[in-house]
Amino acid sequence: MLTFIIRRLLWTVLVLFVITVVVFIIFFKTPGVDPARAIAGRNPSAQVLQEIREQFGLNKPLPVQYLLMMKSIFISRDLVSYSNQGVKVVPEIAAATPATLSLVFGAALIWVVMAIAVGVAAALLRGTVFDPLLMVLALIGVSAPVFWVGEVANLITQGTWHDTFLFSWVPPLGYTPLTQNPGLWFRGLVIPWITLSILYIGLYGRVLRANILETQNEDFVRTARAKGISERQVLLRHTLRTSMITFVSLFGLDFGALVAGGALLIEVVFGIHGVGYLTYQALANLDLPTIMATVVYGAFFIVLVNAIVDIGYAWLDPRIRPT
Amino acid sequence: MATLLEQAEVGPEPTSAVVGRNPWALAGRRLRRNRIALAALALFLLIVVLSLAAPLYAKYVAHVNPFPPNLNGHTVVNGKVVAVMQQGGGTLHLGETPIGPTWDLGHYFLGADSVGRDVGALLLYGGRSSLLVGIGSAVLCCLAATVVALIAGFFGGVVDAVLSRIMDVIWAFPVYLLAISISTELLTHSNGFQFGPLHVSASSLWLPAVIIAFIFVPYVYRPVRGQVLAVVNKEFVEASVAQGAGNMRLIFSEILPNVVSTVIVLLPLMVATTILTESALSFLSVGVQPPNVSWGTIIQDGTSLLYTRPWVSIAPGIMILLTVLSLNVLGDGVRDALDPRAKLRIEG
Repeated sequence: MLTFIIRRLLWTVLVLFVITVVVFIIFFKTPGVDPARAIAGRNPSAQVLQEIREQFGLNKPLPVQYLLMMKSIFISRDLVSYSNQGVKVVPEIAAATPATLSLVFGAALIWVVMAIAVGVAAALLRGTVFDPLLMVLALIGVSAPVFWVGEVANLITQGTWHDTFLFSWVPPLGYTPLTQNPGLWFRGLVIPWITLSILYIGLYGRVLRANILETQNEDFVRTARAKGISERQVLLRHTLRTSMITFVSLFGLDFGALVAGGALLIEVVFGIHGVGYLTYQALANLDLPTIMATVVYGAFFIVLVNAIVDIGYAWLDPRIRPT
Repeated sequence: MATLLEQAEVGPEPTSAVVGRNPWALAGRRLRRNRIALAALALFLLIVVLSLAAPLYAKYVAHVNPFPPNLNGHTVVNGKVVAVMQQGGGTLHLGETPIGPTWDLGHYFLGADSVGRDVGALLLYGGRSSLLVGIGSAVLCCLAATVVALIAGFFGGVVDAVLSRIMDVIWAFPVYLLAISISTELLTHSNGFQFGPLHVSASSLWLPAVIIAFIFVPYVYRPVRGQVLAVVNKEFVEASVAQGAGNMRLIFSEILPNVVSTVIVLLPLMVATTILTESALSFLSVGVQPPNVSWGTIIQDGTSLLYTRPWVSIAPGIMILLTVLSLNVLGDGVRDALDPRAKLRIEG
């Protein structure tokens, strides 16, 4: 187990290194693009361009340029957004993180509970009309563009039906920190949570149903039945538990990806000022330093979550340790 | 017992010899019997045909050119001539509001967008870009992934290790952030780019297609490489080696035909994924660039009109939903036809 962890961590370090190299190539070495001009945003002055060339050592050798980029992202954290009045980028990302975490945690709670309900219900109701019905609904959920669902949700809850008793509790778009007003925090996030979770309920519900149906034919389930355990116990303790393995590993990956900027579209549509929204604003201003930092931090987060998932997985299931 | 019953049902046909069918014919027959998958295919083809007919609709039915702004235009509603951009309107009665849906195919069927363009005609033109970028990037992605997977799986060892690690790194990037970084970097140059002898204009549909293809290569690479590894040590490959076949022959005549079905199963699901990704990137204004329109850009244009003219945003979303849904259903059908034993593992 220890060798597995060490090998996995060494590999993680290597991936992190390669990711920074790729980011460096995208932002500083794209053929035909002058990095200083790109970083400076719209209509830069000659003085700003000169500053950037010095800060990132653009006339120095490649390894020096790479190290200067890494220094400004991780060590001195003084990466400056030129499009946004010289705001320091890294503290800004740190300040935006709680909003993204609130959004993703709540949605994750909803989608895990609902997906288990959908998957189990569809598997149990196999042979009735409800199984195909649930699967069609799941497929529709998977096929709808998430930002569009968000806009339709806005149209209903902020426009058409906002003045009726159904949705009068929905506050205007935006995010209120939990520490400031927990009630408003909750009311403002309910619709974004539901919107974000729809896709994953469909995806996970389908996967779980397939896994349950597959597990139901396994020998150990038949043994459990033969022992005279009640159907409910067979389902909860034997079938569902084994079927959840794929579910859990998928969850780790999707959760990581969402926190690392995947919730961008939802944040934009609902005006939640999280990490994704920050990236979106940076995009509108062609603010490359902010995008550079969110990509690096986002990718790091995903790689670390993946490493944790893998190690947790190996701890649960000894069969995959040697690989 | 079940086998006996089946034999009884087949009936007395002692004279007819067993007809050999190749696996593709069998798969085709299974797919043709799957009514739901066929309906999905029909829906998808209908959307493709409608999108291809965009210029015909714009010219002969709607009589508009949907690309230039049309702030001073007029149209006919219930026999009366009205301005496309109306004073007041909406809840606040301020400024100009584009005309809403007339539900009359000849005159601004779905209304006008914020600069007075016919949304109905734009929707069909948008379908062309969305389908082109979606299908183009999915095909590019599958081709690239298959080539890399064949090389990695066939040569194994160091080659496999290096290629697989590269794929792992691309896979580790957040999908949207990676696409956004590449697009923004390229968008800072509005005059287009010179890749060697190739000149690409900044509004070219190739840019989003290539970017989307690139970020999804690892998702196709993994299953295809798995299939290559499963095939590469089979006896028929050894037999071919014994006959003196070269690497090229082994890869293209022995291994490739046995992994093509994996790629074909993935293709409709990839197109579904790439169409969704294209719409998301276009919504964020880093996908399809003006003067081209796509379903994503129309939804984005409609955001400012969401509460006054919701159909500008709703209609393209329905088109995306129908297209992606039909592809997902078709993808399920193709998978069931080509690999009846497959578990539900591929998720788009």
